[in-house]
This record gives sequence, C-alpha cells and structure tokens, in this order.
Amino acid sequence: MLKPSFTRYAAALGASLMLTLPIAAHAHRAFLLPSTTMAENAGAVVTFDSSATEELFLPEHAVPLGTVTVDGPGHARPQPENTWNGKQRSSFELKLPEAGTYRISLFNDSLNAMYKVDGQMKRWRGDADSFAREVPADAQDLNVMQMQGRNETFVRVGDHAGKTEWTTSGKGIEMTPLSSPVELLVGDTTSLRFTLNGKPAGDLAVTVIRGGNRYRDALGEITLKTDHDGKVSIKWPAAGMYWIGASTGRPPHGETGTLAKPLVRASYSATLEVLQP
Amino acid sequence: MRIRYSFMLGAALTTPAFAADINIKVEIPQLNVAEYHKPYVALWIENGDQAFVRNLAIWYDIKKRNDAGTKWLKDVRQWWRKSGRDLKMPVDGISGATRAPGVHEVSFGGAKYDLNSLPAGQYTLVAEAAREAGGREVVRVPFQWPPKAAQSAQAKGDHELGAISVQLKP
Repeated sequence: MLKPSFTRYAAALGASLMLTLPIAAHAHRAFLLPSTTMAENAGAVVTFDSSATEELFLPEHAVPLGTVTVDGPGHARPQPENTWNGKQRSSFELKLPEAGTYRISLFNDSLNAMYKVDGQMKRWRGDADSFAREVPADAQDLNVMQMQGRNETFVRVGDHAGKTEWTTSGKGIEMTPLSSPVELLVGDTTSLRFTLNGKPAGDLAVTVIRGGNRYRDALGEITLKTDHDGKVSIKWPAAGMYWIGASTGRPPHGETGTLAKPLVRASYSATLEVLQP
Repeated sequence: MRIRYSFMLGAALTTPAFAADINIKVEIPQLNVAEYHKPYVALWIENGDQAFVRNLAIWYDIKKRNDAGTKWLKDVRQWWRKSGRDLKMPVDGISGATRAPGVHEVSFGGAKYDLNSLPAGQYTLVAEAAREAGGREVVRVPFQWPPKAAQSAQAKGDHELGAISVQLKP
C-alpha cells in the first residue's frame, strides 16, 4: 500500500503586506486562530485569523499573511481562499479535502532597520529588495534586525488523527507535537519538541497562556523550559484555547546588525484547543 | 485576603481629629515570567459603601513620549471606572512613575490630600495593580478615620500585589 505523502503548500502573498506589523509587537502575542480545531467531514471549510494582542484571542494588530504553509494528509494542496487583510487582523479560509490532521503555518520573515539621517532617528521595515531602494546608502548608526515569526495551529478533519509526523523547514523556531495536537483533554499531558534553525532548541523558555485573560484577573501563565533535546511537556489545567509561545528574545543591547549579517529574532506561537474530558 | 489589625491604644487621645497622615507600604512581587513590565498601580480611598472618596497615587509609564503611557491606564479597571477616566493626566501629587519589585513606602499628608475633611467613619484603602502582558489584582485594606490612636492594618495579594499595609498617625 502506498503511504500518503506529505503535501506542503506555500503561498507568498506579497511582501508589501509585511509593512503592517507594529514596531512594538514584542509587547503583544501573535497568534493564528482556527474557527474550529475539529472539522467533521472532508471538504470542510475552516477560517483562520491572524493577529497580535494582549487579550487572547481578541484581534488588535494584524499579523500579515506572509507565507502560509499547509502540511496535511493527502495529495491535495488546499490554497488559502478569501484572504483578507485588515488593520486588526488578517484572515483566510481553507477547504480541507481529506480526513486527518493538518498543520497550518504562517511565516513572516522580514527586516527591521533603525538608522539616522541628519541626526534624525528613522525606522524602516521591509525585505532585502526594498532595503536597497528605501534605506539611504549614507544612513548613519545603521542597525538591521531580521524577524522570523511563525504562528501555527492544527486542525483535524474526521475522527482520526492520521499521521502525526511533521516536516520542518529549518528556518527560525519550529515545533513538532510528539502526539496528536488535536482533541487534547484537561489532565492530559502533551509533549512538544522545539527546534531553532533545524537543531534542537534546548533551554528555550516556553510560555503557555489560556485564552480569555480579559475575563480573569490572574493571567495564569505557565512558564516552562525545554530540555537539551528541545522537549517540553504541558499538563493541561483547564479547558480553553491555548497560546503556546517561544522567542529567542531581543539581541543584547549594543549589538548591531547589517544587511549582510543582521541580528536575528525568531519567535513562535501555536494555538491549541483543550477540551473538558 | 488576610486582614490583620493592631491598635496601639494609649497614645495621645487629645490630638485633634482633623490632622492625620496615612503611610502605606506597597509590596510589588518579583515574578518569574517570560515578559515582565513593571505594573501600573493605583492607590485610592473608598468609603463604607465602596464609593470613591480620594485618589492617593497612580503609578504609570509617565515618561513615555507624547503621554503614550496613559493608553493603558484603563487596564487599572476598577480605578479607571471609579475615577481614572474622569482625570486629565498627569495629576499633580497623584501621578508617579512605575516602580520595580520590592516594598515601597509612601506617605500621604492629611492636609495635602484633603483627608482631614473626611467625615469620621469606616474607609478602605484600595490598591490595584495591572501589568502589561500580565495579570491584575485588587487588594482592600479597611481602616477607621480619623485615627484616635496610631493604627495599622494589612492585607495581602496573591499574584500581582504582595502585602499592602496601612499605618495611620493621628
């Protein structure tokens, strides 16, 4: 019998969309939120919203739809449809053609620069192409940072997880669930493995927050550290939609990057749903 | 919330009831979180009906350019509903910068904060903390005003605030 091969689809939706992420995005939590994590039938349509917020999962600042990659069960290549780019959120729909588990990943790889012209501090955001056009060649005190942001979620179609192995790209932070990431129950323990540029991300701080923090006083965040192999285990304390975040953090103060060798900040989030048993 | 009273009686009972000071110790706990910002903290006084009476302090990002730090004052939710939204920031004697984890002792003179005109009765010191990318907590410490003797009361928060203690001096 032929084993189903993984399909990956990458949709580059235009670099111009990358300009909308706020500069102060570090104070916000970026997410990709599915309208459901469990669709009943093959061919179901699921909506995905992408935003960055302090009140999970209420949209505040849109995260642009850089590259959307779907890693799913069959041979089909679901393409984002009805894409929409607002100020507060970006959205798209996917028609999921086969039963099994899909990983939906949004990756934004962009450049930030700070520099001075005539003593005035300027901020710029774009990519390597627009850098040459938009940043003056005589810019002073230039500092270039590459931002690799990945926001993911998982959706299952039908009753069975199907495959639970996932491909990796080797770019920035990635996460592989070591068991099914869908239909998680309160009291269950889920193990996740993180990589940074394809290598195990040991000693990485992973933050777990249940959505709906607007409606409670204590944020109740769970702070974990990955082991040397990049693994971390989460025991789910309550039902809800969860945000799992990790970041390499801001580079140390005083370091500067150039276009050829920028400072790099990689960040990651996954949205996972936990149900009442 | 634990509440503890201790009254030191025998102090000069003849002191006029219309001049007293409030000393408050505010503990901001050290937190082990991935992203920490110093909390916004409001201190105010309510009467026995939980109605707003006086502001004592609001600690926020006062130095941010173009007064941008005022944007998150509304996250100090109870204070915002009871008083904050009616104020034009900064308020002299009330506004202050955010403070680091630790115990902060602050004094409020009865004359300067117009406490001496308050009718005698039961009041509550309310401390509320709200932290960017974090949680929020309100701690209430009841006290009698004006103090006939030196008096202290204390309550303790669980996550965003530590011990809050109130010392009154006639």
